[in-house]
Amino acid sequence: MKSRTRVAVIAVAAAAALFLGGCASGSNTAAPAAGNSKELYIALISKGFQHQFWQAVKKGAEQRAAKLGVKVTFEGPASETEVDAQLQMLQAAIDKKPDAIGFAALDPKACIPLLDAAKAAKIPVVEFDAGCDSTVPLSIAKTDSKAAGALAADNMARLIGGKGEVGIVGHSQINSTGVERRDGFVNQIKAKYPDIKIVDIQYGDGDHLKSADIAKAMIAAHPNLKGLYGTNEGSAIGIVNAVGELGLAKGKVTVVGFDSGQAQMDAITSGVMAGAITQNPIGIGEQTVQAAYDAIKGKTPEKIIDTGFFWYDAKNMTEANIAAVLYK
Amino acid sequence: MNASTVDTRAPKIVDPETKKTRSVSNFLQAKLQQSLAFATLVVLLIFFSFANTAFFTWSNISGILLSTAVIGILALGTTFVIITGGIDLSIGTGMTLAAVMTGIFLVNMDLPLIVGVLGGIATGGLMGFISGFNIAVLKLPPFIATLAMMLIAQGLALVISGVRPIYFTSVPDFKQIALGTAIPGLPNAVLILFGLAFIAYLVLSKTILGRYTFALGSNEEATRLSGVDTRRWKIMVYTFSGLFTGIAGVVIASRLDSAQPQLGSGYELQAIAAVIIGGTSLLGGRGSILGTLIGALIMSVLINGLRIMSIQTEWQNVVVGAVILVAVFSDSLRRRKAIF
Repeated sequence: MKSRTRVAVIAVAAAAALFLGGCASGSNTAAPAAGNSKELYIALISKGFQHQFWQAVKKGAEQRAAKLGVKVTFEGPASETEVDAQLQMLQAAIDKKPDAIGFAALDPKACIPLLDAAKAAKIPVVEFDAGCDSTVPLSIAKTDSKAAGALAADNMARLIGGKGEVGIVGHSQINSTGVERRDGFVNQIKAKYPDIKIVDIQYGDGDHLKSADIAKAMIAAHPNLKGLYGTNEGSAIGIVNAVGELGLAKGKVTVVGFDSGQAQMDAITSGVMAGAITQNPIGIGEQTVQAAYDAIKGKTPEKIIDTGFFWYDAKNMTEANIAAVLYK
Repeated sequence: MNASTVDTRAPKIVDPETKKTRSVSNFLQAKLQQSLAFATLVVLLIFFSFANTAFFTWSNISGILLSTAVIGILALGTTFVIITGGIDLSIGTGMTLAAVMTGIFLVNMDLPLIVGVLGGIATGGLMGFISGFNIAVLKLPPFIATLAMMLIAQGLALVISGVRPIYFTSVPDFKQIALGTAIPGLPNAVLILFGLAFIAYLVLSKTILGRYTFALGSNEEATRLSGVDTRRWKIMVYTFSGLFTGIAGVVIASRLDSAQPQLGSGYELQAIAAVIIGGTSLLGGRGSILGTLIGALIMSVLINGLRIMSIQTEWQNVVVGAVILVAVFSDSLRRRKAIF
């Protein structure tokens, strides 16, 4: 009896909250659009939220949403291996019937049926960062990871004088950014720099500690190693920590990183890291929300929106166009 | 009425004769398991030394010892919990929460180094206390209680840090805790690991907490009936283990010179694996600190050796998994023989 009353109270409270919430959001946008009393809502399903990269994407999305006067939510699984958890979030987002969905696929196949379901529910879908093998999404805002990896290889080759042994500490041998950043680097070295030999590729899951231990083992096993390339923030900082812990002289091993974050920027300033590739995560967030907004308004967004990538080092870090895409 | 006097003494769980024979066979079993684990470690060291000349260099050996520190410290603490027949899944993310709290104390609140470090360690102790209370008083199964704590710690680490790493650049001495070299060429984190192992050994073998840890794992009901306040001692064991989680949090933050709020998940399983390889029984009642230390070293020697040999990451996991299987299987085989 008692518990039944409690359920009833909660139900009434929940209904009241929904009602009030509905009024509140209605009143926000009621003024400009006479016929359209409902605030537009775009649900973004990311690959994660814990890395600084995703926080920067979220920031870009929120900035553009504020400018367009739409509501966005941003969520993603706790780690980039949780494909199943991500699909549940996508399912829940579809059930909420948003005006559009922005999606970054952890697995390019597993998402196909859910995107078909979104299409059936007449919810337009745009993608960011990593695509799904489906014809449903209207556009994708992302970095050309292979070209970015190749740019890292060009700079590595320039810094070590075009010859010698290099190693790679990767962050994933499965997800598309990990694979493409590695392949872009490896293919460019093979094609353009015959005197550079890639002696080892190992994976530390982007875990700083694991990546540091991997880098130390590589340096121990290859005394002539001239360069190390880390394919994301955690991998790159792992290499920086390894060099510090071994007390190697600056420049003994040339370190090339990926993405930004406070630690990498500090390492570049102090000279432990030669430079890194940065993407434009804020741009990815902005363009995703813009594409979703255009799709809602009946415009067709561009199929592939290349948000760009840049090499940055101690020399150009403070230049306005580079500083704008770096994030702490 | 005289429960309080009984309370401070060791429980008489078995009659003197069987107790004697059991403790002798326990002793032999523990020694056998330890010497087998030790032999495995030596074989691995010899094998990798021949497989690659880069392996047996001081720089690499010191690297192996440093990479053992964090998992090793977690494993030392959780050895106590496992000997009571319990399990603690929260030590990985708990370590991360302790690291984040250390960052909050030292960087955001600008407290003195020693206060921040003790605060980080206390965070671990508090989490252990709460888990212990939930298990001993609210009677939740350890697996569930600590699974919940694992999620709570992971979430809190993210919330408190604002999903951003906390850098210790404003506290230059902090890095010295793990990476300073009181003994040249050997990072302090290694000394901390061995120092804690010695303390854990003394507590487990020479104090009443150690004795009750074994008693709880051998036969909790009998221990309770003999007048021991088992609830209180169980809470003590989880709290004590939590302190090690806190220390591991300080050490990992010091080594990375930052508190990384997304790390930690999965570390608990590596620590538990080290404990099991070292011959501590998941069923409780049996285990040793020396075994855990050797188990943790086996794990890191194995992983380092495979990396030096450039074995693919995927295969490294397969090999470590296989070693755990063999260790547990050989242990259960011997135990069956010992019973019959």
